[in-house]
Amino acid sequence: MTSRLINWFKFSSPASFYPLARKISLVSTVIAVVLIAVGLYMSFFVAPTDYKQGEGYRIIFVHVPASWMSMFIYVVMAGWAALGLVFNTRLSAMMAQALAPTGAMFAFLSLWTGSFWGKPMWGTWWVWDARITSELILLFLYLGYMALRAAIDDPRRGDRASAILLLVGVVNVPIIYYSVKWWNTLHQGSTIRMNQESTMEETMLLTMLIMTLGFWAYSIAVAMARVRTVILERERSTTWVRELGGGEI
Amino acid sequence: MFEPLYWIIRRDLTIAMRRRSDIFTTLIFFVIVVSLFPLGIGPEPDTLRLIAPGIVWVGALLASMLALELIFSADHRDGTLEQMLLTPQPVSLLVAGKVIAHWLVSGIPLVLMSPLLGVQYDLSWEALGTLVVSLLLGTPALSLIGAIGAALTLGLRSGGVLLALLVLPLYIPVLIFGAGAVEATVSGLGGQSHLSMLAAILVASLVLAPLATAAALRVAED
Repeated sequence: MTSRLINWFKFSSPASFYPLARKISLVSTVIAVVLIAVGLYMSFFVAPTDYKQGEGYRIIFVHVPASWMSMFIYVVMAGWAALGLVFNTRLSAMMAQALAPTGAMFAFLSLWTGSFWGKPMWGTWWVWDARITSELILLFLYLGYMALRAAIDDPRRGDRASAILLLVGVVNVPIIYYSVKWWNTLHQGSTIRMNQESTMEETMLLTMLIMTLGFWAYSIAVAMARVRTVILERERSTTWVRELGGGEI
Repeated sequence: MFEPLYWIIRRDLTIAMRRRSDIFTTLIFFVIVVSLFPLGIGPEPDTLRLIAPGIVWVGALLASMLALELIFSADHRDGTLEQMLLTPQPVSLLVAGKVIAHWLVSGIPLVLMSPLLGVQYDLSWEALGTLVVSLLLGTPALSLIGAIGAALTLGLRSGGVLLALLVLPLYIPVLIFGAGAVEATVSGLGGQSHLSMLAAILVASLVLAPLATAAALRVAED
Protein backbone atom coordinates (compact mmCIF):
# COMPACT_ATOMS: atom_id res chain seq x y z
CA MET A 1 0.00 0.00 0.00
CA THR A 2 2.67 2.43 1.01
CA SER A 3 4.57 1.86 -2.22
CA ARG A 4 1.57 3.09 -4.20
CA LEU A 5 1.42 6.41 -2.47
CA ILE A 6 2.91 9.29 -4.37
CA ASN A 7 6.12 10.40 -2.80
CA TRP A 8 5.33 14.06 -2.25
CA PHE A 9 8.68 14.66 -0.69
CA LYS A 10 10.41 13.80 -3.92
CA PHE A 11 9.67 17.25 -5.26
CA SER A 12 10.50 18.93 -1.99
CA SER A 13 14.10 18.62 -3.02
CA PRO A 14 15.16 21.68 -5.03
CA ALA A 15 17.21 19.51 -7.42
CA SER A 16 14.22 17.43 -8.50
CA PHE A 17 11.82 20.34 -8.45
CA TYR A 18 13.98 22.53 -10.67
CA PRO A 19 13.13 20.77 -13.98
CA LEU A 20 9.48 20.37 -12.94
CA ALA A 21 9.22 24.10 -12.22
CA ARG A 22 10.38 24.78 -15.76
CA LYS A 23 7.60 22.65 -17.22
CA ILE A 24 4.93 24.17 -14.97
CA SER A 25 6.19 27.62 -15.78
CA LEU A 26 6.04 27.05 -19.53
CA VAL A 27 2.56 25.51 -19.48
CA SER A 28 1.13 28.22 -17.28
CA THR A 29 2.73 30.95 -19.36
CA VAL A 30 0.86 29.66 -22.39
CA ILE A 31 -2.38 29.39 -20.43
CA ALA A 32 -1.91 32.87 -18.98
CA VAL A 33 -1.26 34.49 -22.36
CA VAL A 34 -4.30 32.85 -23.94
CA LEU A 35 -6.66 33.54 -21.04
CA ILE A 36 -5.56 37.12 -20.50
CA ALA A 37 -5.76 37.84 -24.24
CA VAL A 38 -9.27 36.40 -24.43
CA GLY A 39 -10.23 38.11 -21.16
CA LEU A 40 -8.96 41.50 -22.27
CA TYR A 41 -10.69 41.18 -25.64
CA MET A 42 -13.94 40.29 -23.90
CA SER A 43 -13.61 43.06 -21.34
CA PHE A 44 -13.07 45.68 -24.03
CA PHE A 45 -15.31 44.52 -26.88
CA VAL A 46 -17.76 41.86 -25.72
CA ALA A 47 -18.85 42.91 -22.26
CA PRO A 48 -21.72 45.40 -22.53
CA THR A 49 -21.46 48.98 -21.37
CA ASP A 50 -22.66 49.44 -17.83
CA TYR A 51 -25.84 51.49 -17.74
CA LYS A 52 -24.76 53.47 -14.73
CA GLN A 53 -20.98 53.60 -14.84
CA GLY A 54 -20.49 53.78 -18.60
CA GLU A 55 -17.25 52.51 -20.08
CA GLY A 56 -15.14 53.34 -17.07
CA TYR A 57 -16.27 50.28 -15.20
CA ARG A 58 -14.21 48.05 -17.49
CA ILE A 59 -11.19 48.50 -15.26
CA ILE A 60 -12.81 46.17 -12.72
CA PHE A 61 -11.88 43.27 -14.99
CA VAL A 62 -8.31 43.92 -13.94
CA HIS A 63 -9.02 45.44 -10.54
CA VAL A 64 -11.12 42.71 -8.96
CA PRO A 65 -8.97 39.73 -10.03
CA ALA A 66 -5.87 41.64 -8.90
CA SER A 67 -7.37 42.22 -5.45
CA TRP A 68 -8.38 38.59 -5.16
CA MET A 69 -4.94 37.43 -6.17
CA SER A 70 -3.20 39.78 -3.76
CA MET A 71 -5.16 38.34 -0.83
CA PHE A 72 -4.98 34.76 -2.02
CA ILE A 73 -1.22 34.84 -2.60
CA TYR A 74 -0.64 36.02 0.95
CA VAL A 75 -2.58 33.07 2.31
CA VAL A 76 -0.68 30.70 -0.01
CA MET A 77 2.61 32.16 1.19
CA ALA A 78 1.55 31.60 4.79
CA GLY A 79 0.66 28.02 3.85
CA TRP A 80 4.13 27.49 2.42
CA ALA A 81 5.63 29.11 5.51
CA ALA A 82 3.74 26.72 7.78
CA LEU A 83 4.83 23.74 5.67
CA GLY A 84 8.41 24.93 5.77
CA LEU A 85 8.37 25.30 9.56
CA VAL A 86 6.72 21.92 10.11
CA PHE A 87 8.68 19.76 7.68
CA ASN A 88 11.80 21.90 7.58
CA THR A 89 11.85 21.82 3.79
CA ARG A 90 13.97 24.40 2.07
CA LEU A 91 11.77 24.56 -1.00
CA SER A 92 8.68 25.75 0.91
CA ALA A 93 10.43 28.92 2.00
CA MET A 94 11.74 29.41 -1.51
CA MET A 95 8.19 29.20 -2.84
CA ALA A 96 7.02 31.81 -0.35
CA GLN A 97 9.95 34.00 -1.34
CA ALA A 98 9.14 33.56 -5.03
CA LEU A 99 5.48 34.46 -4.56
CA ALA A 100 6.02 37.64 -2.52
CA PRO A 101 6.88 40.10 -5.33
CA THR A 102 3.91 38.89 -7.38
CA GLY A 103 1.58 39.34 -4.43
CA ALA A 104 2.92 42.82 -3.72
CA MET A 105 2.58 43.69 -7.40
CA PHE A 106 -1.08 42.60 -7.40
CA ALA A 107 -1.77 44.57 -4.22
CA PHE A 108 -0.25 47.64 -5.83
CA LEU A 109 -2.09 47.02 -9.10
CA SER A 110 -5.34 46.70 -7.21
CA LEU A 111 -4.78 50.03 -5.46
CA TRP A 112 -3.66 51.70 -8.67
CA THR A 113 -6.58 50.52 -10.79
CA GLY A 114 -8.96 51.22 -7.92
CA SER A 115 -7.68 54.76 -7.87
CA PHE A 116 -8.22 55.08 -11.63
CA TRP A 117 -11.72 53.76 -11.18
CA GLY A 118 -12.44 56.02 -8.23
CA LYS A 119 -11.54 59.26 -9.98
CA PRO A 120 -14.34 59.20 -12.59
CA MET A 121 -16.84 57.29 -10.40
CA TRP A 122 -16.38 58.94 -7.02
CA GLY A 123 -14.53 62.07 -8.12
CA THR A 124 -11.52 61.30 -5.96
CA TRP A 125 -8.33 59.31 -6.28
CA TRP A 126 -8.38 58.00 -2.77
CA VAL A 127 -11.05 57.24 -0.18
CA TRP A 128 -10.36 55.80 3.27
CA ASP A 129 -12.75 53.01 2.52
CA ALA A 130 -12.38 49.85 4.59
CA ARG A 131 -11.40 47.71 1.63
CA ILE A 132 -8.93 50.18 0.18
CA THR A 133 -7.32 50.72 3.56
CA SER A 134 -6.96 47.01 4.23
CA GLU A 135 -5.51 46.50 0.77
CA LEU A 136 -2.95 49.18 1.55
CA ILE A 137 -2.08 47.47 4.82
CA LEU A 138 -1.75 44.19 2.93
CA LEU A 139 0.75 45.90 0.64
CA PHE A 140 2.68 47.01 3.76
CA LEU A 141 2.68 43.43 5.02
CA TYR A 142 4.16 42.24 1.72
CA LEU A 143 6.81 44.95 1.84
CA GLY A 144 7.64 44.07 5.44
CA TYR A 145 8.06 40.43 4.51
CA MET A 146 10.35 41.24 1.60
CA ALA A 147 12.36 43.71 3.69
CA LEU A 148 12.89 41.14 6.45
CA ARG A 149 13.92 38.54 3.86
CA ALA A 150 16.38 40.92 2.30
CA ALA A 151 17.85 41.99 5.65
CA ILE A 152 18.86 38.51 6.78
CA ASP A 153 22.00 37.20 5.14
CA ASP A 154 21.85 33.63 6.41
CA PRO A 155 19.25 32.00 4.11
CA ARG A 156 18.05 29.41 6.64
CA ARG A 157 17.54 32.00 9.34
CA GLY A 158 15.79 34.19 6.76
CA ASP A 159 13.49 31.33 5.81
CA ARG A 160 12.36 30.69 9.33
CA ALA A 161 12.16 34.29 10.51
CA SER A 162 10.08 35.32 7.52
CA ALA A 163 7.90 32.23 7.91
CA ILE A 164 7.08 33.31 11.46
CA LEU A 165 6.31 36.79 10.20
CA LEU A 166 3.96 35.40 7.56
CA LEU A 167 2.09 33.30 10.10
CA VAL A 168 1.77 36.27 12.46
CA GLY A 169 0.55 38.33 9.52
CA VAL A 170 -2.03 35.85 8.40
CA VAL A 171 -3.50 35.67 11.91
CA ASN A 172 -3.66 39.45 11.92
CA VAL A 173 -5.16 40.02 8.50
CA PRO A 174 -8.78 39.28 9.52
CA ILE A 175 -8.38 41.31 12.72
CA ILE A 176 -7.01 44.22 10.71
CA TYR A 177 -9.76 43.90 8.13
CA TYR A 178 -12.59 43.94 10.64
CA SER A 179 -11.11 46.68 12.77
CA VAL A 180 -10.63 48.85 9.69
CA LYS A 181 -14.15 48.08 8.58
CA TRP A 182 -15.56 49.05 11.94
CA TRP A 183 -13.41 52.16 12.11
CA ASN A 184 -14.64 53.14 8.69
CA THR A 185 -18.34 52.76 9.45
CA LEU A 186 -17.93 54.72 12.67
CA HIS A 187 -16.07 57.57 11.06
CA GLN A 188 -17.82 58.22 7.80
CA GLY A 189 -21.52 58.87 8.02
CA SER A 190 -22.36 57.78 4.51
CA THR A 191 -19.65 55.74 2.94
CA ILE A 192 -19.55 55.53 -0.79
CA ARG A 193 -20.43 51.99 -1.46
CA MET A 194 -18.36 49.90 -3.76
CA ASN A 195 -20.24 48.38 -6.68
CA GLN A 196 -23.37 47.20 -4.98
CA GLU A 197 -24.61 45.47 -8.08
CA SER A 198 -27.76 43.43 -7.63
CA THR A 199 -27.03 41.01 -10.41
CA MET A 200 -24.05 41.06 -12.63
CA GLU A 201 -24.51 40.56 -16.31
CA GLU A 202 -23.45 37.10 -17.38
CA THR A 203 -20.78 38.06 -19.89
CA MET A 204 -19.29 40.41 -17.32
CA LEU A 205 -19.08 37.60 -14.81
CA LEU A 206 -17.60 35.26 -17.39
CA THR A 207 -15.02 37.86 -18.39
CA MET A 208 -14.03 38.37 -14.81
CA LEU A 209 -13.73 34.64 -14.31
CA ILE A 210 -11.49 34.29 -17.36
CA MET A 211 -9.33 37.19 -16.21
CA THR A 212 -9.06 35.67 -12.74
CA LEU A 213 -7.97 32.32 -14.14
CA GLY A 214 -5.52 34.15 -16.40
CA PHE A 215 -4.06 35.97 -13.39
CA TRP A 216 -3.79 32.65 -11.59
CA ALA A 217 -1.86 31.15 -14.47
CA TYR A 218 0.31 34.26 -14.64
CA SER A 219 1.09 34.08 -10.92
CA ILE A 220 2.02 30.40 -11.17
CA ALA A 221 4.19 31.02 -14.24
CA VAL A 222 6.03 33.95 -12.68
CA ALA A 223 6.43 32.27 -9.30
CA MET A 224 7.84 29.14 -10.92
CA ALA A 225 10.26 31.14 -13.03
CA ARG A 226 11.31 33.07 -9.95
CA VAL A 227 11.67 30.00 -7.76
CA ARG A 228 14.05 28.58 -10.36
CA THR A 229 16.35 31.55 -10.01
CA VAL A 230 16.03 31.38 -6.22
CA ILE A 231 16.98 27.71 -6.30
CA LEU A 232 19.98 28.38 -8.53
CA GLU A 233 21.13 31.24 -6.35
CA ARG A 234 20.81 29.38 -3.08
CA GLU A 235 22.07 26.00 -4.27
CA ARG A 236 24.96 27.40 -6.27
CA SER A 237 27.53 25.50 -4.26
CA THR A 238 25.92 22.10 -4.80
CA THR A 239 27.20 19.66 -7.40
CA TRP A 240 24.00 19.45 -9.40
CA VAL A 241 23.93 23.18 -10.04
CA ARG A 242 27.61 23.11 -11.00
CA GLU A 243 26.92 20.32 -13.45
CA LEU A 244 24.01 22.33 -14.82
CA GLY A 245 26.33 25.21 -15.56
CA GLY A 246 28.88 22.93 -17.23
CA GLY A 247 31.08 22.93 -14.18
CA GLU A 248 32.52 26.35 -14.95
CA ILE A 249 31.55 28.13 -11.77
CA MET B 1 5.63 27.62 37.14
CA PHE B 2 5.34 31.31 37.90
CA GLU B 3 8.54 31.52 39.82
CA PRO B 4 10.75 32.01 36.74
CA LEU B 5 8.29 34.65 35.56
CA TYR B 6 8.72 36.51 38.84
CA TRP B 7 12.49 36.27 38.76
CA ILE B 8 12.84 37.42 35.20
CA ILE B 9 10.58 40.41 35.80
CA ARG B 10 12.56 41.26 38.91
CA ARG B 11 15.87 40.93 37.09
CA ASP B 12 14.79 43.08 34.16
CA LEU B 13 13.33 45.74 36.44
CA THR B 14 16.56 45.88 38.46
CA ILE B 15 18.59 46.32 35.28
CA ALA B 16 16.20 48.99 34.01
CA MET B 17 16.36 50.88 37.30
CA ARG B 18 20.13 51.07 36.97
CA ARG B 19 19.85 52.48 33.48
CA ARG B 20 17.11 54.98 34.03
CA SER B 21 17.92 57.22 31.07
CA ASP B 22 16.34 54.68 28.68
CA ILE B 23 12.98 55.13 30.37
CA PHE B 24 13.14 58.88 30.15
CA THR B 25 14.20 58.92 26.52
CA THR B 26 11.03 57.08 25.53
CA LEU B 27 8.88 59.29 27.69
CA ILE B 28 10.41 62.52 26.42
CA PHE B 29 10.01 61.33 22.84
CA PHE B 30 6.32 60.78 23.52
CA VAL B 31 5.88 64.25 25.00
CA ILE B 32 7.77 65.96 22.18
CA VAL B 33 5.95 64.16 19.37
CA VAL B 34 2.55 64.95 20.85
CA SER B 35 3.53 68.57 21.44
CA LEU B 36 4.69 69.00 17.86
CA PHE B 37 1.24 68.53 16.35
CA PRO B 38 -0.36 71.76 17.61
CA LEU B 39 2.63 73.62 16.18
CA GLY B 40 2.02 72.03 12.81
CA ILE B 41 -1.76 72.24 12.80
CA GLY B 42 -2.54 75.46 14.65
CA PRO B 43 -3.72 76.31 18.15
CA GLU B 44 -7.54 76.30 17.65
CA PRO B 45 -8.94 74.37 20.65
CA ASP B 46 -11.84 72.93 18.64
CA THR B 47 -9.55 71.34 16.06
CA LEU B 48 -7.17 70.13 18.73
CA ARG B 49 -9.95 68.51 20.74
CA LEU B 50 -11.02 66.69 17.62
CA ILE B 51 -7.61 65.26 16.80
CA ALA B 52 -6.34 64.73 20.36
CA PRO B 53 -7.25 61.02 20.75
CA GLY B 54 -5.55 60.08 17.51
CA ILE B 55 -2.44 62.12 18.17
CA VAL B 56 -1.87 60.97 21.73
CA TRP B 57 -2.39 57.40 20.59
CA VAL B 58 -0.08 57.65 17.59
CA GLY B 59 2.52 59.26 19.85
CA ALA B 60 2.22 56.44 22.37
CA LEU B 61 2.43 53.89 19.56
CA LEU B 62 5.61 55.38 18.11
CA ALA B 63 7.19 55.77 21.55
CA SER B 64 6.51 52.18 22.50
CA MET B 65 7.81 51.04 19.11
CA LEU B 66 11.07 52.92 19.65
CA ALA B 67 11.49 51.25 23.01
CA LEU B 68 11.03 47.75 21.55
CA GLU B 69 14.67 47.33 20.65
CA LEU B 70 15.54 47.46 24.33
CA ILE B 71 13.65 44.27 25.14
CA PHE B 72 16.17 41.78 23.83
CA SER B 73 19.14 43.65 22.39
CA ALA B 74 21.28 43.94 25.54
CA ASP B 75 20.71 40.32 26.51
CA HIS B 76 21.42 39.25 22.97
CA ARG B 77 24.71 41.13 22.87
CA ASP B 78 26.17 39.73 26.09
CA GLY B 79 24.89 36.20 25.50
CA THR B 80 22.37 36.12 28.36
CA LEU B 81 19.56 35.42 25.95
CA GLU B 82 21.26 32.30 24.67
CA GLN B 83 21.59 31.02 28.22
CA MET B 84 17.93 31.77 28.84
CA LEU B 85 16.93 29.70 25.82
CA LEU B 86 18.95 26.80 27.25
CA THR B 87 17.13 26.79 30.60
CA PRO B 88 14.51 24.09 31.21
CA GLN B 89 11.78 26.70 31.68
CA PRO B 90 9.45 27.30 28.72
CA VAL B 91 10.84 30.09 26.55
CA SER B 92 7.43 31.69 26.04
CA LEU B 93 7.16 32.16 29.80
CA LEU B 94 10.54 33.90 29.92
CA VAL B 95 9.49 36.03 26.96
CA ALA B 96 6.25 36.96 28.73
CA GLY B 97 8.27 37.98 31.77
CA LYS B 98 10.62 40.13 29.74
CA VAL B 99 7.73 41.80 27.93
CA ILE B 100 5.87 42.49 31.17
CA ALA B 101 8.99 44.03 32.68
CA HIS B 102 9.51 46.06 29.53
CA TRP B 103 5.95 47.31 29.65
CA LEU B 104 6.25 48.28 33.31
CA VAL B 105 9.29 50.33 32.42
CA SER B 106 8.29 51.84 29.09
CA GLY B 107 4.49 51.53 28.92
CA ILE B 108 3.42 52.66 32.39
CA PRO B 109 5.22 56.03 32.13
CA LEU B 110 3.36 56.71 28.87
CA VAL B 111 0.06 55.89 30.54
CA LEU B 112 0.85 58.15 33.49
CA MET B 113 1.97 61.00 31.26
CA SER B 114 -1.01 60.84 28.90
CA PRO B 115 -3.56 62.80 31.01
CA LEU B 116 -1.16 65.72 31.12
CA LEU B 117 -0.88 65.69 27.34
CA GLY B 118 -4.63 65.30 27.07
CA VAL B 119 -5.04 68.47 29.10
CA GLN B 120 -2.85 70.28 26.55
CA TYR B 121 -5.48 69.32 24.01
CA ASP B 122 -8.36 70.43 26.22
CA LEU B 123 -9.94 67.01 26.66
CA SER B 124 -12.75 66.62 29.19
CA TRP B 125 -12.21 64.69 32.46
CA GLU B 126 -14.27 61.84 31.15
CA ALA B 127 -12.24 61.62 27.97
CA LEU B 128 -9.02 61.75 29.97
CA GLY B 129 -10.22 58.80 32.03
CA THR B 130 -10.96 56.80 28.90
CA LEU B 131 -7.60 57.77 27.46
CA VAL B 132 -5.79 56.38 30.49
CA VAL B 133 -7.83 53.18 30.52
CA SER B 134 -7.41 52.66 26.78
CA LEU B 135 -3.65 53.15 27.03
CA LEU B 136 -3.54 50.86 30.04
CA LEU B 137 -5.16 48.13 27.96
CA GLY B 138 -3.48 49.00 24.69
CA THR B 139 0.19 49.55 25.50
CA PRO B 140 0.77 46.03 26.90
CA ALA B 141 -0.74 44.66 23.68
CA LEU B 142 1.66 46.89 21.72
CA SER B 143 4.60 45.57 23.73
CA LEU B 144 3.51 41.96 23.21
CA ILE B 145 2.99 42.31 19.46
CA GLY B 146 6.11 44.41 19.10
CA ALA B 147 8.20 41.80 20.90
CA ILE B 148 7.64 39.49 17.91
CA GLY B 149 9.13 42.09 15.61
CA ALA B 150 11.98 42.81 18.04
CA ALA B 151 12.84 39.11 18.16
CA LEU B 152 12.68 38.75 14.38
CA THR B 153 14.99 41.70 13.75
CA LEU B 154 17.41 40.84 16.54
CA GLY B 155 20.98 41.57 15.50
CA LEU B 156 20.13 42.63 11.96
CA ARG B 157 21.88 45.48 10.21
CA SER B 158 18.95 47.83 9.64
CA GLY B 159 17.07 46.56 12.69
CA GLY B 160 15.37 49.77 13.76
CA VAL B 161 13.76 50.82 10.50
CA LEU B 162 12.90 47.25 9.63
CA LEU B 163 11.23 46.81 13.00
CA ALA B 164 8.94 49.76 12.23
CA LEU B 165 8.04 48.30 8.87
CA LEU B 166 7.16 44.93 10.38
CA VAL B 167 5.38 46.07 13.49
CA LEU B 168 3.40 49.18 12.55
CA PRO B 169 0.90 47.40 10.25
CA LEU B 170 0.20 44.94 13.06
CA TYR B 171 -0.42 47.84 15.47
CA ILE B 172 -3.31 49.21 13.43
CA PRO B 173 -6.17 47.39 15.24
CA VAL B 174 -4.88 48.57 18.63
CA LEU B 175 -4.64 52.13 17.34
CA ILE B 176 -8.14 52.02 15.89
CA PHE B 177 -9.80 50.77 19.04
CA GLY B 178 -7.64 52.82 21.41
CA ALA B 179 -8.17 56.14 19.70
CA GLY B 180 -11.74 55.09 18.91
CA ALA B 181 -12.55 54.62 22.60
CA VAL B 182 -11.48 58.16 23.45
CA GLU B 183 -13.20 59.58 20.42
CA ALA B 184 -16.44 57.78 21.26
CA THR B 185 -16.28 59.21 24.78
CA VAL B 186 -15.69 62.72 23.43
CA SER B 187 -18.68 62.41 21.11
CA GLY B 188 -20.87 61.08 23.93
CA LEU B 189 -21.29 57.55 22.58
CA GLY B 190 -19.30 55.91 25.37
CA GLY B 191 -16.11 53.98 24.77
CA GLN B 192 -17.20 50.76 26.42
CA SER B 193 -17.32 48.63 23.27
CA HIS B 194 -13.94 49.85 22.06
CA LEU B 195 -12.39 49.13 25.42
CA SER B 196 -13.83 45.63 25.35
CA MET B 197 -12.24 45.07 21.95
CA LEU B 198 -8.93 46.39 23.25
CA ALA B 199 -9.12 44.01 26.19
CA ALA B 200 -9.87 41.16 23.78
CA ILE B 201 -6.82 42.05 21.68
CA LEU B 202 -4.72 42.21 24.84
CA VAL B 203 -5.86 38.76 25.98
CA ALA B 204 -5.34 37.23 22.54
CA SER B 205 -1.87 38.72 22.19
CA LEU B 206 -0.97 37.68 25.73
CA VAL B 207 -1.67 34.09 24.74
CA LEU B 208 -0.29 34.05 21.20
CA ALA B 209 2.49 36.63 21.01
CA PRO B 210 4.91 34.99 23.50
CA LEU B 211 4.74 31.77 21.49
CA ALA B 212 5.61 33.54 18.25
CA THR B 213 8.29 35.59 20.00
CA ALA B 214 9.83 32.46 21.50
CA ALA B 215 9.93 30.84 18.05
CA ALA B 216 11.52 33.95 16.59
CA LEU B 217 14.13 34.08 19.36
CA ARG B 218 15.06 30.47 18.71
CA VAL B 219 15.60 31.34 15.06
CA ALA B 220 17.67 34.38 15.94
CA GLU B 221 19.89 32.56 18.46
CA ASP B 222 20.28 29.45 16.34
